[in-house]
Amino acid sequence: MMKFRFRRQGADPQREKLKQELFAFNKTVEHGFPNQPSALAFDPELRIMAIGTRSGAVKIYGAPGVEFTGLHRDTTTVTQMHFLPGQGRLLTLLDDSSLHLWEILHHDGCAHLEEALSFQPPSRPGFDGASGPPSLTRVTVVLLVAAGDMAALGTEGGSVFFLDVPTLTLLEGQTLGPDEVLRSVPDDYRCGKALGPVEALEGHLRDPTKILIGYSRGLLVIWNQAAQCADHIFLGNQQLESLCWERSGSTLVSSHSDGSYAIWSADTGSSPTTQPMVATTPYEFDQPQALAVLLEEELVVLDLQTPGWPAVPAPYLAPLHSSAITCSAHVANVPAKLWARIVSAGEQQSPQPASTALSWPITGGRNLAQEPSQRGLLLTGHEDGTVRFWDASGVALRPLYKLSTAGLFQTDCEHADSLAQAAEDDWPPFRKVGCFDPYSDDPRLGVQKVVLCKYTAQMVVAGTAGQVLVLELSDVPSEQAVSVSSVDLLQDREGFTWKGHERLSPRTGPLPWPTGFQPRVLVQCLPPAAVTAVTLHAEWSLVAFGTSHGFGLFDYQRKCPVLARCTLHPNDSLAMEGPLSRVKSLKKSLRQSFRRIRKSRVSGKKRAANANSKLQEANAQLAEQACPHDVEMTPVQRRIEPRSADDSLSGVVRCLYFADTFLRDAAHHGPTMWAGTNSGSVFAYALEVPTAVAGGEKRPERAVEAVLGKEVQLMHRAPVVAIAVLDGRGRPLPEPYEASRDLAQAPDMQGGHAVLIASEEQFKVFTLPKVSAKTKFKLTAHEGCRVRKVALATFASVACEDYAETCLACLTNLGDVHVFSVPGLRPQVHYSCIRKEDISGIASCVFTRHGQGFYLISPSEFERFSLSARNITEPLCSLDISWPGDAARASYGLRESPKLSQANGTPGIVLAPRSHDGSPSPVRSMGTDTPQPPEATLSPMSIDSATSADTTLDTTGDVTVEDVTDFLGSSEESEKNLRNLAEDEARACAILIK
Amino acid sequence: MNRGHRHGAGSGCLGTMEVKSKFGAEFRRFSLERSKPGKFEEFYGLLQHVHKIPNVDVLVGYADIHGDLLPINNDDNYHKAVSTANPLLRIFIQKKEEADYSAFGTDTLIKKKNVLTNVLRPDNHRKKPHIVISLPQDFRPVSSIIDVDILPETHRRVRLYKYGTEKPLGFYIRDGSSVRVTPHGLEKVPGIFISRLVPGGLAQSTGLLAVNDEVLEVNGIEVSGKSLDQVTDMMIANSRNLIITVRPANQRNNVVRNSRTSGSSGQSTDNSLLGCPQQMEPSLEPEEEDSDDEDIVIEDNGVPQQIPRAVPNTESLESLTQIELNFESGQNGFLPSNEVSLAPVASGPSTEFETRAPDQKLLEEDGTIITL
Repeated sequence: MMKFRFRRQGADPQREKLKQELFAFNKTVEHGFPNQPSALAFDPELRIMAIGTRSGAVKIYGAPGVEFTGLHRDTTTVTQMHFLPGQGRLLTLLDDSSLHLWEILHHDGCAHLEEALSFQPPSRPGFDGASGPPSLTRVTVVLLVAAGDMAALGTEGGSVFFLDVPTLTLLEGQTLGPDEVLRSVPDDYRCGKALGPVEALEGHLRDPTKILIGYSRGLLVIWNQAAQCADHIFLGNQQLESLCWERSGSTLVSSHSDGSYAIWSADTGSSPTTQPMVATTPYEFDQPQALAVLLEEELVVLDLQTPGWPAVPAPYLAPLHSSAITCSAHVANVPAKLWARIVSAGEQQSPQPASTALSWPITGGRNLAQEPSQRGLLLTGHEDGTVRFWDASGVALRPLYKLSTAGLFQTDCEHADSLAQAAEDDWPPFRKVGCFDPYSDDPRLGVQKVVLCKYTAQMVVAGTAGQVLVLELSDVPSEQAVSVSSVDLLQDREGFTWKGHERLSPRTGPLPWPTGFQPRVLVQCLPPAAVTAVTLHAEWSLVAFGTSHGFGLFDYQRKCPVLARCTLHPNDSLAMEGPLSRVKSLKKSLRQSFRRIRKSRVSGKKRAANANSKLQEANAQLAEQACPHDVEMTPVQRRIEPRSADDSLSGVVRCLYFADTFLRDAAHHGPTMWAGTNSGSVFAYALEVPTAVAGGEKRPERAVEAVLGKEVQLMHRAPVVAIAVLDGRGRPLPEPYEASRDLAQAPDMQGGHAVLIASEEQFKVFTLPKVSAKTKFKLTAHEGCRVRKVALATFASVACEDYAETCLACLTNLGDVHVFSVPGLRPQVHYSCIRKEDISGIASCVFTRHGQGFYLISPSEFERFSLSARNITEPLCSLDISWPGDAARASYGLRESPKLSQANGTPGIVLAPRSHDGSPSPVRSMGTDTPQPPEATLSPMSIDSATSADTTLDTTGDVTVEDVTDFLGSSEESEKNLRNLAEDEARACAILIK
Repeated sequence: MNRGHRHGAGSGCLGTMEVKSKFGAEFRRFSLERSKPGKFEEFYGLLQHVHKIPNVDVLVGYADIHGDLLPINNDDNYHKAVSTANPLLRIFIQKKEEADYSAFGTDTLIKKKNVLTNVLRPDNHRKKPHIVISLPQDFRPVSSIIDVDILPETHRRVRLYKYGTEKPLGFYIRDGSSVRVTPHGLEKVPGIFISRLVPGGLAQSTGLLAVNDEVLEVNGIEVSGKSLDQVTDMMIANSRNLIITVRPANQRNNVVRNSRTSGSSGQSTDNSLLGCPQQMEPSLEPEEEDSDDEDIVIEDNGVPQQIPRAVPNTESLESLTQIELNFESGQNGFLPSNEVSLAPVASGPSTEFETRAPDQKLLEEDGTIITL
C-alpha cells in the first residue's frame, strides 16, 4: 500500500527538460497608469518622459513600446526628477532628501534602466548652516547646471550645496550658506530673521555661472558661482512660491503665496514692478507643441498647436480605472476582421478633429519587440456599466473602444449632461479634459461578467442588478428597441424575500445606438442579485447566467427562457440580504479626491509631515501599550470543522459551461450545459438545440429544450470554480464555431470524453457519459491553499516550433500560480506571483489562452505576467544615448533594478522645456546633431512632431501650476484650460513639449 | 465489504459457523452461513425467533477473541463478530430495560472474567454506579492511533473518523512556538498547536488529542512552514479522513512500542525525527486509500450513487452506497490499527448547531464578492 508514497515528482530528467522548455515565470510589464504619481520630467533631446511615484518607482516612457521601470530601494516618494538632457540619465530626489542617479544602459542591444549612484546628504552640522536637527538637511530644490555636470541643491535650512553629478559627490568649499547671503542684505531687511528655506533655484540660460536663488521669505539673489559673490539682490517681502528667469536673463518673475506675482529687472536690481499687472508673456516659447499635465489619476496631453487645444490621446498610460474595474476578461487570437471593426467603432466614438496635426509627442527610443504574432483583447468591466476594450497585444495597453450599457436603463442620477451644459454660462468656462471619472451613476450598473464571442462579434455583459445583456457589433448606428425578459430564479421556492436593491428599469421604446456593440436582448434575473457566472454559445444562440439564487438558460434567437433552476439551500438566509456593500470602491475614490489639498511647501508641508509621523509613532506606541490592557492576549485560533451543506451562500452559481459532449450515452453526443455552485454541486443538462440547416447561419425556429442529465455532489463541498470537457485525446473542447469553421482542430469525438471539475480544493477528472472518477489532485489537502482562479492554457515549447501542451493554470489564495498537466493532473511547476495579502490583486487575476495573465497591482495598473517560456510580452527597446559617459563608469550600474511592484504619488512640478532663441548656449551645447531616433508612433501623422525636434530644449526648475496659467496667459482659452486643471487636480505636474 | 479482510477461520467448518446464544438462562445453538451472514436486522430477528422473544427489545453482545463483551447492533459489528468468531460465535442477549451497559468494554483483557461474570450473573451486586453514556444505537470506529511502529515514541498519529455531519470534529488550532533540537542547538521554531477542544466534539471524545498538543503533520504532510490558515484548510479538506500527527503536551501516556505489528494504515509517512527535519515531500500520486470523498452522482433525477473510480477497484462498494451516502466505505468494520477506541456517537440535535456556525472566513475570502 505504500508503494508510491515517497516517489518524488519530476524524477524523470527528460520531463524536467521539457518543463523548462514549456514553463517560465516572468512579470513582464505593467499596463495602465502609475498609481499615485508624484513627479514628472521630460528629456527634450531624447523625447522621453519620466514619472516618479510615491512608492519610489521610476517609469520612463518614450514611443509606444519603449518603457523602462526602476524602483528605489526605499519606497519613498519621488519628489523631483531631472533628466540630464540627451544622456539617458535621470537624477531623482526622494522625500528623504536622497538623490539617485539612474542610467539607461544597453545590454545585448536592449536598454534597461538601472540605478547607478545614490547620495544621501550628510546630516552633520555645518552641512546645513545652522546645526539643526537632521531634518533640516532636507533638500527642497534641485537645479542642474553646466549640462548636468553639476547640481545645485537648495535646502530647508537656506543653504545651497553643489554636487558633482557624474560621481554624485559634494563639491566641498562651494557651499553657499545663508549667513553669506545675509551679509549682503541691508540690516533693516534682515531684522534678525532667517531667510527661510531655499524655495527656488534657476539657472541663467546663457551664463551657467549665474544662479538665481529664491528664499522662502522673499529674498531673491543672483549668485555668481564663478566669482562666489552675489551679483544682485532683490528684497522681496512676500512669501515666495516659485521663480522664473526670462530667457534673456534680464527679467525675473516671482510668484507668491498670496497669489500675486512680481516682475523684477535683473539688470538694475531695482524695486520690482508689482502686481496688479497684465501679464505680457514673460516667457517665450517657440511654438510649443504640447503641454503634458500629470494629474493624480491620469496624464493629459494638450495639443497647443491646434486651436481649442484638443487633448492628444495617449498610446499608453491608459487610465484603466477611470471608473473602478469590476471584472476583466482576455480574448486571444482576435480575428483581423473583428479587430478592424472594433477599432473603427472606437475611432468613431472619439473622432479626432481634422485639424489635429499632432500625434503623440513623446517619441523617444525604438521599440525592438517583434510585431505581436496575434492580437489580444483585454476587456475590463467597470462600476459605471461600461466595458472597455484594450489592445493587449503588446507592451503598450491601448484603448480601442468603450461600450456603455447605462443608456439602456433609467438611472437615479442623470444630471451628468445637464451639469456640463450649465457650466457653459459660468466664468471661467471650464472644459473637462481627461477621462478619470470615478463616480458611478448607479452602482447597479456595475459590470460583473463579460463574455465575447470573437467569431460572431456577439457579446454578453452581465451586471450587479441581475441584468444580462446580449449585444452584437454593428458597423452602423441604429435605433431600435431592446427585447426585455425576466427570469425568476427562485422558481417555486417560498418564504424568501429579496432585501437587496431593485432591478434596473430599462428604457422602453426605440433607442438610438451608436456604431459598436448594440444591445439586442436584455434578460433580468429575479431576484436582481449580481450575476456571478455567465457563458455564451453563439452557435446555439444560448446564454446561461447564474446568481446567488440559481441559474437560467436563455435562447436569445427566439428571445425566450429555456430553463431556470434555483440552487438555494433551504437554510440559506444570507442569500436574500443582497450584495455585500458595493459602495466601498466609490467611497475610496471619494476619499482620495477630497484628500488633495496642496499646502505650500513653505508653510510647513514637510514640517507638518514630520509632525504627523511623530504623532503616528506616538499613537502606535500608545496602541501597543494599550493592547495588553484591552485584550487578554488570546492567540488567533481557527476552528476545525468540515464544511456543511447549509453554509450561507452555498447556492451561488460559480461557473457555467457549454459543451458538445456525451452526457446520456456513449454513442450520441450533443449540446450540454454545466453549472457549478458554491457548495460543490454540479448540474449537467442535456440540451435539445435544433440544428441549423446546412449552410444556414441561424437555426430553425424551434424551442430549445433542457433536460437535467446528471447532478454531481462533490463530497468535500468546496465551491466549483471551473468546469471543462476534455475530448478523447484529453484536450479541452474548442470554443463555439472554432471547429465548425475549421479554425481549430476538431475535437476527438471517438474516444471517451471526460469532464474536468475544478473546485476550490481539488481538481478532478471524471469520465463521460458514465461519471466515474479518473484522476484527481487534492490541492488543499496537500498544500493548504485554495483555488481562486483556473484556466486551461496552451504552452508552446521554446525548443520545438510546433510542440505545445495544454495545462491547467491555477492561482491560489496565497497568490501562487500552479500549473498541472491535463488530464493527468500532475503538478508541473509553481511560482509565487502575488502577495497573499493582496486580495484584490488575486481576485482580479485573469489568465490568457497562451499562458499569460494579468492582475491589478493598484486600481490603475495591471501587472502582466507570463507562465510560458515562449509567449512573453515584455518591453524590448533601445535609446540612442549621446552622453560622453566613459565606458568604465558604465559598469557601475550592472545591478538589476528590482521589479517595481506598486506605485504611489504626490505633488508635482511643472517642467517647461523651451528652446533658446537661436544663440548657442554653453549650457546646452549638445543635441543639435543628436541623431533623432526613428519613431514608432501609432498614427501616420507623427512626422510633424519629429521635424520640430531638432532644436534643443531646456528644462527649467520648479514652477507651480498657478504659474502655468500665468505664463500661458496670452491665450484666454489656455488660461481657462489650465486653471481648470489647476483647480481640478490641484497638485498636477506638467511638462511643455516643444 | 469485510469479506476481503476476514481473518481466516481456523476450524474445519468452511461454510458454516456455529452460534451459541444465551438469553437469561437459556442457550440456543444454531449455525450461520459464514460467507453470507446477512444483515444485522435479519440476525436480530433470527435471535428473537430462536429464543422465542419476538416482541422483546434486547441488546445483543458477543465475546470476541480476547473475551471482551462487545455489542452487536449494526451490520458492521455484526460482520466483525462473524468474521472473527473462532470457531464458535458466542452471543449474549439482555433485555433492553435490564441492560447493563457497563458490561460492555474494550479494555477488559484483565477484567474480562469479571465482566463476563457480571453479565452471566446479573444478580451480582454492582460496586459502583456506572456512567450511562447514552443508549448505544450504533457503534463504529471514531478514532485510532496508527503507525506506532514507525513513529518516534514522542509522537502520536491519530486518525479521526468523521461520519456525516452530526458531530463536529470539534477542536481549534493556534500558532505557537516550540523548542527543537537542531544541528545548531536548541531553536525556537513556530508551530501549530491545539488550542481548544469543543466539549462533546469528536476530538474530545477520543481522548487522544489534548490542548497544547503540537500538530506536526496533517495526513502525512508536514505543517512546518505553513500558516495557520493553510493548516486549517488542510484539516478541513481532509476532514472526512483526518490523520494528524501530534507531539502530545503530556508525554506520559505515550503508546509503548511492544510489537512489530504492521500499522498498514496507508498514511505512513514517517515523521522527521527530532533534530533532523528532512523535507519529506508527500507523494502527489492519486492515492489508493482515497475513498474518503466519494462524490455522488444522480443520473436523470434517479437515485444518488456514489461515483466509482474509473480504475478497476477490488473493493465492491455496491452494498453500501444505497443506504449511507455519507458513509466512508474504505475503513469501516476493519481497523488496521494498533488501538481502536470505540465510542458511542451521540446523535441527534444536541450538537448539530456546531456545524451551522456561520463561516465568516469563507465570506471574507470569497474571490467573487470582492469589489475591486
